Amino acid sequence: MADFDLESQDGRLEALRRMVTIRAFDEEAGDRFADGEIPGFVHLYIGEEAVGVGTCAALKPDDYIASTHRGHGHCIAKGLDPKYMMAELYGKADGYCNGKGGSMHIADVDAGMLGANGIVGAGPPMATGAALSIDYQDRDQIAVGFLGDGAVAQGQVHEAINIAATWDLPAVFVIENNHYGEGTPVENQHNLDNLSDTAQAYDIPGLTIDGMDITAVAEAVSEARDRARAGDGPTIVEAETYRYRGHYEGDEEPYRDDAEIERWQERDPIESFRDRLIDRGELTVEEFDELQADIEADIDAAVEYAQDAPAPDAHEAYEDMFAEMPPEIERFASAARTDGGRPGGDR
Amino acid sequence: MTAQVESELETETEELTVREAIRQAMREELERDEDVFLIGEDIGVFGGVLEVTGDLYEDFGPERIKDTPISEAGFMGAATGAAATGTRPVVELMFSDFTGVAMEQIMNQMAKMRYMFGGKAEMPVTVRTTEGGGMGAASQHSGTVHSWIAHFPGLKAVAPGTAASAKGLTKAAIRSNDPVFVFENKMIYEQRGAVPTDEDFTIPIGEAAVEREGEDVTVVATQRLVGESLETAENMADDTSVEVIDPRSLYPLDIDTIVESVKKTGRLIVADESPLSYGTHAEIVARVQEEAFFSLDAPIQRVGTPDTHIPFSPPLEQEVLPSGDDVREAIQRVT
Ligand SMILES: Cc1ncc(C[n+]2csc(CCOP(=O)(O)OP(=O)(O)O)c2C)c(N)n1
Ligand SMILES: [Mg+2]
Repeated sequence: MADFDLESQDGRLEALRRMVTIRAFDEEAGDRFADGEIPGFVHLYIGEEAVGVGTCAALKPDDYIASTHRGHGHCIAKGLDPKYMMAELYGKADGYCNGKGGSMHIADVDAGMLGANGIVGAGPPMATGAALSIDYQDRDQIAVGFLGDGAVAQGQVHEAINIAATWDLPAVFVIENNHYGEGTPVENQHNLDNLSDTAQAYDIPGLTIDGMDITAVAEAVSEARDRARAGDGPTIVEAETYRYRGHYEGDEEPYRDDAEIERWQERDPIESFRDRLIDRGELTVEEFDELQADIEADIDAAVEYAQDAPAPDAHEAYEDMFAEMPPEIERFASAARTDGGRPGGDR
Repeated sequence: MTAQVESELETETEELTVREAIRQAMREELERDEDVFLIGEDIGVFGGVLEVTGDLYEDFGPERIKDTPISEAGFMGAATGAAATGTRPVVELMFSDFTGVAMEQIMNQMAKMRYMFGGKAEMPVTVRTTEGGGMGAASQHSGTVHSWIAHFPGLKAVAPGTAASAKGLTKAAIRSNDPVFVFENKMIYEQRGAVPTDEDFTIPIGEAAVEREGEDVTVVATQRLVGESLETAENMADDTSVEVIDPRSLYPLDIDTIVESVKKTGRLIVADESPLSYGTHAEIVARVQEEAFFSLDAPIQRVGTPDTHIPFSPPLEQEVLPSGDDVREAIQRVT
């Protein structure tokens, strides 16, 4: 059903590959940001790989996901190509969004990835909307809305889940509880111990699972998916996880100590899954090392590709505001097309 | 009269109110395209608080006329997500004063998705909403906010002033692959006019209409002020020849039609119910001076709401709302 799932050995290896790819991609993105090559904000997914990949292991290629500001992992989990992702982070013409989205808005609607989102809590309404299209046209798909623990406090999240629940839409809401919203611990943001208890307000299933364990994530989301697809409405899955890096790159992290980070790293989602596969005889240590080396080479190639890719032409700034360019914008666009810059004079 | 208006008049028409024209537009588009559905608060059995959706529910049922919870952000967001994934939602936002409740979804999602994603998302969503004072609905149900939307990049804004344009613009909005806001002035829902019966009658977004030809002064008027300006023009016809233009689309704006008229008349009045400062009037004035500065024979005049909210008490409400009389006074100041 899925393009990879945890039922088959091939699928498990693919899941491992995607998790390792996310980590390699984000480590590289962090380094390139530190070097000043990647502008803007980057929010890394390192430590949370099992949530994105476990979720997507339960999905078909044409199912939708609506992501968050911490979206690189969701992209890779959904099958996007690190090469064009890196080009997008670099703001290059070959990026998924022609360089106009960047890390915070990276998207590939054709691949069912409805966008990273710079607005905390904006993913769930998008997922409810995609689920509405699916339901309206009787399509055999579902939509997943990712959100952080911090986003659970947003009004639009409540509205979106309430609509999906009231209309039995084929949606799943995956809360990535990494225990912080920026520097504020989850217990200072919510009066609940388990954020999945919010499900009671909508009379839908809600469960809290170990988000460091890809199998637990995939199982929970598969069940939620079956329920959604059967027309029984949405589920809230809260995955307890942890981000190893700062909120964004450059975060000095005064709100936590190394001991806490190390405690979570003992249950690293990649290492634990790798060890399980080795125990089952599905993978050798050498094969894993080889896999990791291959992926790192791919990511290096992606960086090189992004570095060499052309910047967007100046007129690209004026494209894609509407299906057709209105006269208000055309004047600037045509000047940019001919002499590569803004027209002189007034407007 | 421009060629376009003539050709509209030559087609077969029927008399409808603005309300009926909008409902007919939605009915025809619902019939024409299965991907179109309506979504909003109390638009089904209830028929809409201002009775615009009316009996559509009887014909199309709950699947296509979707009553939502009272969740403007939630359903505006859902409509945005739905539009990006293959359907064509038509949202009713009960009063435009509630735009703020849903503004995040409008400004950061709906307006930006196509652009942020490098053109790889379609956004065929229509948002119909009601504006305007005059029925004693007080400050939170009488506002005119279209300048916000027309100002915001990535959104289109239309504002019909006649029954024909109400139908033609609503249909064009629903057929558009861009987010289009249709601003319906609630005081003209009962205004009657000839409306083309052709099911493919649409008014291209970005085309103004010369509603009355004149030589001495150009009045650019929107929504309720279109009818009132036409009446004023008629009443003044013995002394002054007034040209009345309804821009119909606020963004994009058909500045060419306005400039052509100002070059002929040399005088311009801009009449729009939005607050006077920093808005629709200013935009039209700025563009006219860019293109027709040396054709102007008198200072441009603005008629609008004088930067107050709309008060409840009817005499106070009439005090601040712009009217045909204000248009007449503005004309008299410059002719
Ligand atoms: C509406 C809104 N408010 C505030 C912010 C700034 N901001 C960006 S990420 C973030 C924390 C989000 O926390 P959470 O939802 O737990 O996600 P996490 O970063 O932990 O993955 C904040 C406050 C924003 N982008 N959008
Ligand atoms: Mg968090």
